[in-house]
Amino acid sequence: MTKRLFMKGNEALAMAAIEAGCRYYFGYPITPQSDIPEYMSRELPKLGGEFIQAESEVASINMLLGASATGVRAMTSSSSPGISLKQEGISYMAGAELPGVIVNICRSGPGLGGIDASQADYFQAVKGGGHGGYHIIVLAPASVQEMYDLTMLAFDLADIYRMPAMILGDSVVGQMKEPVVPNKRPERNLPPKDWVVRGKGDGEQRVVKSLYLGDGELEAHNWKLHARYGELKAKEARWEEFMLDDAELVVTAFGSAARIAKSAVMAARDKGLKVGLLRPITLYPFPEKGFRAATDRCKKVLDIELNTGQMVEDVRLSIARDAEVFFYGRPPGAGSLPTPEELLEQITKHYV
Amino acid sequence: MRHDVFISGFGGQGVLLAGNLLGYAAMEEGKNVSFFPSYGVEKRGGAAMCTVVIADGEVGSPVVGNPSVSVILNQTSFDKYASRVKPGGVCIVNSSLVEMGDFSRSDIELIPIPMNEIAMQLGDLRMVNMVAVGAYAAKTGAVSLQSLEEALRETLPERNHRFIPANVRAIEAGAQRSGSPLSK
Repeated sequence: MTKRLFMKGNEALAMAAIEAGCRYYFGYPITPQSDIPEYMSRELPKLGGEFIQAESEVASINMLLGASATGVRAMTSSSSPGISLKQEGISYMAGAELPGVIVNICRSGPGLGGIDASQADYFQAVKGGGHGGYHIIVLAPASVQEMYDLTMLAFDLADIYRMPAMILGDSVVGQMKEPVVPNKRPERNLPPKDWVVRGKGDGEQRVVKSLYLGDGELEAHNWKLHARYGELKAKEARWEEFMLDDAELVVTAFGSAARIAKSAVMAARDKGLKVGLLRPITLYPFPEKGFRAATDRCKKVLDIELNTGQMVEDVRLSIARDAEVFFYGRPPGAGSLPTPEELLEQITKHYV
Repeated sequence: MRHDVFISGFGGQGVLLAGNLLGYAAMEEGKNVSFFPSYGVEKRGGAAMCTVVIADGEVGSPVVGNPSVSVILNQTSFDKYASRVKPGGVCIVNSSLVEMGDFSRSDIELIPIPMNEIAMQLGDLRMVNMVAVGAYAAKTGAVSLQSLEEALRETLPERNHRFIPANVRAIEAGAQRSGSPLSK
């Protein structure tokens, strides 16, 4: 086995971005993700890459757009309020079919809120946070190893589907340290970037844009994007199943909440309760098939989130018609992180 | 096998280094581990806490409501967290700074150790966290002295490696006071 490293989630994510071939990073500091720019600022210059601390979040997302249009792998990261500022740029990237990785190590809101773990940016991430009815790929790591592995996946998916990909984490997965196997970048057949911007020179001129004014042009463009989202749903939905086979209650949670929920599920099993966990790894595309299959067998679902109920709406849209969905969540803020003991109480309450 | 520990004190006592060290040592032993520092608006003198979960199998939650062991380095932490220790659990207390008063729980084991005095006798108060780590490791067998020593080499910057022997002595001193031998 490769030697394991004991790393913070944020550091593992940055390390994975570099392993994935990312050589350009643009960002602006904000807690709790500043370990990412810190790491990139230290490592990228050694590799001939470019680290820019931009004057703002708006500038950094537009630098990502520009870099991506030239065909390189590039990344930006921020936390909730900063991600709100980036939404215009994300919409433009989606419209211009540009890949690129955007990291949101969420903090609590609304507004400036606080710096504690939160999952209240779920809607913003998966429903297209900016204007124009687009989607981006959203991955939700639940461990430091996944911060590493899913970051490399995000770069590949972004290139394959020509759309931005987001890593949605929080201060739990960002700040905790766990052993990580620094896996090599997986070999993958990636489509050629034959769309990269270029001047006329001695050949074809290529323009990267999101403006389509011709009659029927924009509608066709949107249908094309829509079809791509369908393909993404069909091929790329990922989830983890834990002790679901004989479960009489399916617990579902993503990211850090899923870690806490998993301990609660294990404790419930110790008490003889048949409880399992279904953890979405891709939040967009949402693992509809996983929920459908699980609720064909088991008719009770308990959704747990670090917010007052967001993913639960997608759960309700995905389950079998005769299944029942319960919700438990707490709005984020200092001291609001639920414990496994607290979640076990909820499991016990809904199990009967 | 599964060990979870909550370590709490004030900023500057080395709570996070203690947790980091345990995490590293557990990884050296081939175990799975999660080190979760409390993440708030922290400052020297303010509250500092962390949770370490060590397991042969899956770690599960990095957050623990009722820890099986708490290592408590100051009064505020004691007042706030001693009551949360899981029944049947252990509470290792820095008796140099904690006045336990009429606190009594018959369902947990209280181990008072004058950590500040021990650290000062060994030459530096700042080793209070090492005394605590030694007591914890010896009491629970979560990690061995050898892996803690190895972890010190990995977690401390090169320029501080000259302090490792003193820190190892502090770990051993804490272990002796825990009432259990520390496995090599």
